Amino acid sequence: MLTFTIRRLVLSIPTLLFISLVIFLLLNLAPGDPMANVPITVPDEVKQRMREALGLGESVYVRFYKWMVQFFWIEPQVLIDHYFGTTFSEGKLRVISWQTRSPVMDIVVQRLPQTLWVVGMSYVVGVLIALPIGIISAYRQYSVFDQVGTFISMLGFSVPTFFTGVLLIVIFSVKLGWFPSIYDTTLVVNSWETFLAQLRQMVMPVFVLALYNASQISRFMRASMLDNLNQDYVRTARAKGLSEKVVVLVHVLRNSMIPVVTVIALGVPQVFGGAIITEQVFKVNGIGQLLITSLQANDLPMVQTLTFIFALLIVLFNLIADVLYGVLDPRIRYD
Amino acid sequence: MTEPTEKVIPGSGGATPAGALTEPVPVAPVRSKWRDVWDQFKIHKGAVLGGIVFLLIVLSVFLGPLLWSIDPSYIDIRARNQGPSLAHPFGTDQLGRDTLARMMAGGQTSVFVGITAMALSLLLGTLIGVLAGFFRKLDGILMRLTDLFLALPLLPLLLVMVMLFRAPLSAAFGPETGIFILIVTAIGLTSWMPTARIVRGDVLTLKEREFVLAARSIGTNNTKMITRHILPNVISPIMVSATLGIANAIITESALSFLGLGFPPDFPTWGRLLFDSVDYLQQYPERVMWPGVAISLTVLSVNYLGDGLRDALDPRIRGR
Repeated sequence: MLTFTIRRLVLSIPTLLFISLVIFLLLNLAPGDPMANVPITVPDEVKQRMREALGLGESVYVRFYKWMVQFFWIEPQVLIDHYFGTTFSEGKLRVISWQTRSPVMDIVVQRLPQTLWVVGMSYVVGVLIALPIGIISAYRQYSVFDQVGTFISMLGFSVPTFFTGVLLIVIFSVKLGWFPSIYDTTLVVNSWETFLAQLRQMVMPVFVLALYNASQISRFMRASMLDNLNQDYVRTARAKGLSEKVVVLVHVLRNSMIPVVTVIALGVPQVFGGAIITEQVFKVNGIGQLLITSLQANDLPMVQTLTFIFALLIVLFNLIADVLYGVLDPRIRYD
Repeated sequence: MTEPTEKVIPGSGGATPAGALTEPVPVAPVRSKWRDVWDQFKIHKGAVLGGIVFLLIVLSVFLGPLLWSIDPSYIDIRARNQGPSLAHPFGTDQLGRDTLARMMAGGQTSVFVGITAMALSLLLGTLIGVLAGFFRKLDGILMRLTDLFLALPLLPLLLVMVMLFRAPLSAAFGPETGIFILIVTAIGLTSWMPTARIVRGDVLTLKEREFVLAARSIGTNNTKMITRHILPNVISPIMVSATLGIANAIITESALSFLGLGFPPDFPTWGRLLFDSVDYLQQYPERVMWPGVAISLTVLSVNYLGDGLRDALDPRIRGR
């Protein structure tokens, strides 16, 4: 199992290198000049010096190397310094945002909790809704519950999150006035009232994302349960005289969970990507919203780092899914 | 093929018509594969309904302007912010432009972007899938490429691409054509991977079949082999990918427009109309409904269509 994990880990390094190269080249070879907004009255040699100050004077491969060093060598040192009070990173140049002139990672760290709360909560809620629905729809295939569940999951799958979000705002914020339409990040939870307020502002974004995730996962769960329900071992279990509850919830469920667990792991990075839109709808200032604003401000280091973080998440969760599959299904491991 | 063609009866020579009549007549007409597919497809009520709704949407969007002749960009500032009425069944926007006309114009763009982007992604996916499945030398490298593309963060990269290339492309081809090319290319380049994987898998199994061996033994070259024998047999997964691809492309285009990174403001698409209506959410909340429902209904119908097609084209299900 350890060699399996290590092999997968080693394989993910070239993937990460390739992705960082693609992102870097896309951003750096694209037409467009970061000096475009500087007034024309600024003389050309000053502009050239400003360009060099932004680190644009060097050739592409030097810049790529330096960015890699900053991201993989200096930023972890900063993290270590922050936790242990050491001074590894003192005087070393970090990735600086062009927009705010502060280190990119500091801003990302500020924005991360909002995203994690909303996205993480919605994913947990989505999975918790999806699993029972998938199990019951498969067990009672073609029943009314199954038909309704399939229709709702098709609906949740097809209606884009930006429309569900806007629809919820129209109904619950504009017409009924139950929930606020804007997520207030400055709210500090220190009493029962603020806790309720936090809960109220999280209901809608979490529901939108949870509906979308639940509809995808419940389809997988249903299909996986259906695959297993007709297997011979289920008949054997019933023939042994086990109760229906044990057969379905222990024998079938455990085997059906194998593909579903990997699907759940693979879905996490996509949820972060999808959260870009939901954050925009509900004005949550998470990393998705940060990506949009830095794109609009042409803040290349920020965009580069954020895109790479998304890529890192995908590779990481692919790895987790692979290893989980190996843990759950011995047939994969011994290949 | 097993289709019974004209049979030459030895001995009869065609001179005695009575001899031809004694030949056993096939009891039931030979059923073609597509007939079977259609019969299975008809059983799936949701798929038929989805197909009809999608056709209706496409027809009304493209033929509707012939009946409803108000120009979508005509500004009638005195009739602004009106609710639904006989003159404007869907109401008017903040500049007095007719929402029905704008919905149809927007639908044309959205559906057209969806179909073109789907076609591009299918072309890429089929090409890479067939090449990887057919030529063993290319298989490793092309599949690694597919895996790498699957590991890219697609929505962020799509946003980055659109942001970076919109100015030069709109300068080169004009704002509308430039953005159209950009969005279609961006969606096509980021959505071909599932098709490539499915096609590759099917080609790999087809390659081991006897008819390929037979074709090879009579000296069929690779190009003919792919176009005459392989491609017609992988058409079913491609068709299913096509329907799902339209849905995906429409959603992506609307999402880009919704984030303000799509078509220019005066050029309506459903996503753009939704984005513009969100500004007036407090005063005219009903205005977001038209484009939102249109996007959702189109995607829902296409998804149901794809579901039914998948069932109908799957021989394991069709037999039952």
